Amino acid sequence: MSKVADLLAALGARVLRLLRSLGHASMFFWELVRFTPAALRRFDLTVVQIYGIGNLSLVIIVTSGAAVGGVLGLQAYYALDRYGAAEQVGLLVALSLLRELGPVLTALLFAGRAGTSLTAEIGLMKAGEQLAAMEMMAVDPRGRVLAPRFVAGIVSMPLLSAIFSAVGVAGAYVIGVKLIGIDAAAFWSQMQDGVDVFKDVGNGIVKTVVFGVAATFVALYTGYESEATPEGVAQATTRTVVFSSVAVLVLDFLLTSLMFSTKP
Amino acid sequence: MGKRNLEILVGLFVLLGAVAVAFLSLKAANLASFSLDSTYRLTARFDNVGGLKIRAPVKSAGVTVGRITKIVFDDKNFQGVVTLEVDRRYQFPADTSAKILTTGLLGDQYVGLDPGADDKSLQANDSIKITQSAVVLENLIGQMLYSKAAEGGSKKKEPEK
Repeated sequence: MSKVADLLAALGARVLRLLRSLGHASMFFWELVRFTPAALRRFDLTVVQIYGIGNLSLVIIVTSGAAVGGVLGLQAYYALDRYGAAEQVGLLVALSLLRELGPVLTALLFAGRAGTSLTAEIGLMKAGEQLAAMEMMAVDPRGRVLAPRFVAGIVSMPLLSAIFSAVGVAGAYVIGVKLIGIDAAAFWSQMQDGVDVFKDVGNGIVKTVVFGVAATFVALYTGYESEATPEGVAQATTRTVVFSSVAVLVLDFLLTSLMFSTKP
Repeated sequence: MGKRNLEILVGLFVLLGAVAVAFLSLKAANLASFSLDSTYRLTARFDNVGGLKIRAPVKSAGVTVGRITKIVFDDKNFQGVVTLEVDRRYQFPADTSAKILTTGLLGDQYVGLDPGADDKSLQANDSIKITQSAVVLENLIGQMLYSKAAEGGSKKKEPEK
């Protein structure tokens, strides 16, 4: 009997811990949102963070975008050429980049490139008791340190994703039109026929904003809640990549089923 | 790094992102072709529109000259009314005929325009008089089976020796 009670207690404790951490994360999220106007008022702090998160991610985003677009174009050509539909390569590449690959891959790269550095930075600030020192001086570190990074992440992510998709389409153009020799006019006109500004480009941007919020929030939260030890910071950095990747993939599934389910 | 340099670099990043969005909306999507006066509207009535879809191309001599923007059912004549937006650069004679054709064996359907010989051109909001419906595969197979059956029936009547 007591064994059953033990099991029940273990289960209950687990659920309670999960709920507590969820509640904690939600409160942290609310605090971040509450401090966002402060970050917008002191925009110079945010600009520095946009440089760190956005500008410094450009190289990996442009490289990956060109590679993904080119490979996608090449493989789409192999598959479509059998049916005599090689001109559809542009459409296939543009739709998959705008709807799915652009936002998702950018968010994954973003989590790996910018999220980890945010977590490590904040974890080390915490380990070095810089955050505690700020509190001592009656400066709320959430307003001074976290909120500018949060805003910078949300601003940078859609821009990075748009650059990723644009470079990807250009990569597919280089592979498809310049190297394989698909007719350039057909490549663009098929793309323009099938891609809708609001449904595809617009929904893609909505997705990237959501992913930006999720990935930046996970990075800041795990950094802020990390144990103030070298191992703790290392674990928090790993957790950032794992959690934000899973969050992005789950959110993408939800958003895709909401946005594109009614389309044939 | 000076504050000004930093701001310039961030400004460049934001500009790059804006250019990317503009490129995607104008070049990859169809925002530029929203301007209304570059096309004129024609309608055509078909007994059967088959699998024709909105946004399907309108072609003449194999060249895309326009788009289909609307397909509705007319319950007076029981016909499908297809609205075509044709590029203003192209003029067609008033006795032009419209056919619903298929690209390749399994491809999408489109409307083909065969120009006639009339001196007058089709004007905006005109209707194309001569149309040919889509080929429905089931009807085609049905006709073939019917004619085969008729053939087989007539063969049986022949005395076997």
